[in-house]
Amino acid sequence: MSSITALPTPVTAPAPIPLRQILPWAAFGAVLAVVLLYFVGAEQGVTALISGETVHEFVHDGRHLLGFPCH
Amino acid sequence: MSARTLLVRGMIVGAVAGVAAFLFAYLFGEGPINDAIAFEEAHAAPLAPGEHEHELVSRTVQSTIGLATASVVYGVALGGLFAIAVAVTLGRIGRISARATAGLVALAGFVGVALVPFLKYPANPPATGNPDSLQQRTGLYFLMLVIGVAAVIGAIVVSRQLQPRFGTWNATIAGTVGAAVVVGIAVALLPAVNEVPDGFAPVLLWQFRLASLGTQAVMWSTLGLLFGYLTERSERTAAVVRAQPVTA
Repeated sequence: MSSITALPTPVTAPAPIPLRQILPWAAFGAVLAVVLLYFVGAEQGVTALISGETVHEFVHDGRHLLGFPCH
Repeated sequence: MSARTLLVRGMIVGAVAGVAAFLFAYLFGEGPINDAIAFEEAHAAPLAPGEHEHELVSRTVQSTIGLATASVVYGVALGGLFAIAVAVTLGRIGRISARATAGLVALAGFVGVALVPFLKYPANPPATGNPDSLQQRTGLYFLMLVIGVAAVIGAIVVSRQLQPRFGTWNATIAGTVGAAVVVGIAVALLPAVNEVPDGFAPVLLWQFRLASLGTQAVMWSTLGLLFGYLTERSERTAAVVRAQPVTA
């Protein structure tokens, strides 16, 4: 049979997911990601939602190593 | 394949990538950080007698749970955004598999999110930043990040547009060169920031920055490769299920 090839999976591009179906999940994921990134990368730097330095100090090493500007 | 499945998978894979990045950062990044803090303390104004330095979070916590938490949370956030990018590009950037798409998107993400900002405003170890300029540095860093992401997206969109006329190789080269020119102009025009104090060991700065870039490389490669593997596996399972003869 000519349809059997040596490749385990033939290279066929998957069908695109309609953008209208992606949109709500993209909005949800993006908002969640921005909140998480803010607390890891920027909280108690230029802006602070929680007073003090505890959040900043807790993620201190990560903030430096992940490349965020830090004090 | 649904957007929801991809998003959930991206966030879970992101957590795993965060753990991998934490291990790398702990092994290669903590040494330079400790050396930089030692430099900072040696050059700080001496404390008055009887005064103690108030440590809000201990170094042990910062270098273990703190670093791990930051890496994993960062990984989950990146994983979610990465999954959305894969969901959009899947089947829209030529005849390549889901696994290859995930790999390419991760490469693009590493370049746009980590490498381009790093070229202009590289990661700085403790003791090398002036707190007074933090606002300006934060603004410039995020501007460079936006430029990096925009350049990468622009390269993909332009390559895709040119592909039917010039072929895959030529279109990709043209798109990439265009993005590199845009990034080059931004690097040349944006103000430089150099607050590394005199006497700070150049080798230490180099080691820290290499560790920082390595942490990002580990994060993105884990994200792209593991996400691609899992997506291909679930595609195959779905294909097998579809191919099963219906037994009454």
